[in-house]
Amino acid sequence: MKRKNILFELLRMIFLLIAVSLVAFILITKAPIDPLVSYIGTNSTLSQEAKEEIADYWGLNDPLPQRFATWAKNALHGDLGTSITYKRPVSQIIAERFSYSIWLMLLAWLFSGVLGFIIGILCGLYQGSVFDRLVKLFCLALKSAPTFWLGLLVVTLFSVQLGWFPIGMAAPMGKLASEVTLGDRIYHLVLPVLTLTLVSISEVVLYTRQKLVEIMHSDFILYARTRGENRRQLVVRHVLRNIALPAITVQFSSFSELFGGMALAENVFAYPGIGTATTAAALNADVPLLLGIAIFSALFVFTGNLIANLLYGIFDPRMREARR
Amino acid sequence: MEKKNIKLKEVINRRTLVTIFVALALVYLVGIFLWGIFMDPSAYAVHYENKFISPCAEHPFGTDFMGRDMFARSIKGLSNSLIVGVLAAVVSSIVALILGIASAVFGGWVDRFVNWCVDLCMGLPHIVLLILISFMVGKGTKGVTIAVALTHWPALTRIVRAEVMQVRSSQYVQAAYKMGRSRLQVAVTHIIPHVLPAYLIGLILLFPHAIMHEASITFLGFGLPAEMPAIGVILSEAMKHITTGKWWLAVYPGLMLLVAVILFDVIGENLKKLWNPDSGNE
Repeated sequence: MKRKNILFELLRMIFLLIAVSLVAFILITKAPIDPLVSYIGTNSTLSQEAKEEIADYWGLNDPLPQRFATWAKNALHGDLGTSITYKRPVSQIIAERFSYSIWLMLLAWLFSGVLGFIIGILCGLYQGSVFDRLVKLFCLALKSAPTFWLGLLVVTLFSVQLGWFPIGMAAPMGKLASEVTLGDRIYHLVLPVLTLTLVSISEVVLYTRQKLVEIMHSDFILYARTRGENRRQLVVRHVLRNIALPAITVQFSSFSELFGGMALAENVFAYPGIGTATTAAALNADVPLLLGIAIFSALFVFTGNLIANLLYGIFDPRMREARR
Repeated sequence: MEKKNIKLKEVINRRTLVTIFVALALVYLVGIFLWGIFMDPSAYAVHYENKFISPCAEHPFGTDFMGRDMFARSIKGLSNSLIVGVLAAVVSSIVALILGIASAVFGGWVDRFVNWCVDLCMGLPHIVLLILISFMVGKGTKGVTIAVALTHWPALTRIVRAEVMQVRSSQYVQAAYKMGRSRLQVAVTHIIPHVLPAYLIGLILLFPHAIMHEASITFLGFGLPAEMPAIGVILSEAMKHITTGKWWLAVYPGLMLLVAVILFDVIGENLKKLWNPDSGNE
């Protein structure tokens, strides 16, 4: 029964992914830009016949379903086309860019998750205290703050005023790629990670706090209190295991916002990841790359949602029981 | 004296307090909106002779690389953002209302289809979807407005659907049907009054999202054009000058946006409390 459920979930997501790629394909091909012009440039000396020939060769004159079929067939074979901006296969660019973005997202995701969880618990335990109120106010402000503005503030404070960290990029300027050390990479990652952590943390803190307050008012906590458990025991024995799972699930299903925050933060810091590639692709009308990134980002979000769904099924005893 | 104090506290309960607060927030937002609309463009005209003045009495937010007064530009920019945000949020909320009600009333495959559309729309990261739509329409003001309008309905659709489902299966609606009321009568007398508050609050809480996404997309270069004063444009220009220590270019306009977003949030959350009879009179 359980295996069937996972299978069903997977099938549903694959179906959705196909639909997402179809929508992305339609959106991009309906754009009022000519892929031919963005490829050869506006002031090319190519004759009209030569242009016709290229358009024919690319299949630009074919009906839309056929074009999608061709693209999908190649995409399934791992060929997403060649980027116009970077003149290299799209899959290669995505892989390379993602190797930068993954660290940014992973670190920010972990920091915001772990720190947010701890802060949220502390806030909930000391509900109404000065600490709680300050954190809550701070989080509400953070929740409403635009990511790119926070990034700009972080840059202003830490690299322009204090001069502690570099302004942007993933490595020192003018250094060969082979000479870039791990230290350089980490040094350049600090500010983007800080920005992205700040952006994502408020959700976790407020969620954990809310849950904790709810649980502390429940009957089984009252009962545990009457048995003489102190606050520490209450938290360790009853509260943590009740909050940890929903918090982790929420964290996994926040991949969509994480991706959005990453895209904005990368643009502020000129960090060479997927986010800057997305804007470059869309600004240069680089259709293959834009399409590739769209599919990739959908896959990324789906992975997060799938993990969240599976975690719920595996760890929540009620869901487990219901399935048997 | 003491008696008077108690009376004062009795008079100012949460309902009054929240009403006053919401009214103040509204006055601020509408004020900026109107101020921006009727602002004389000469207020943020180019004056090359006063480039990069840090904040002072004459220019509270300083001036930028073309000597434009940042305070006037921020107000005008926020006003522009509000127009796009409100327009897009209203369109989105109407889509959500129609889909949500259709999904709950017809059920069956309509319900499944609407849910599937919601999943589809949430399947891509929001920012990627915004970029794709804006890209398709051809960027610019039209691009960002359409993109923001077309992508903010999923969450509200779910809320409306849940509300309608709940009221539809409630005892008094069932009783009304049994007493021979038509579907239309039930819809007008029971379902709409029940769904309306949730819908309106959802609409208000959509504004901050819409405004923020408009600014983000503009910041990335797919939204409002560079010659138009908008918070996103101002901040992306500020990015170029931030390395030379022109901090005021980024700090104040962003703060204006932040305050507007928070105020919308506050209005929405407080109205939610007001509408709920449990917490309305605390």
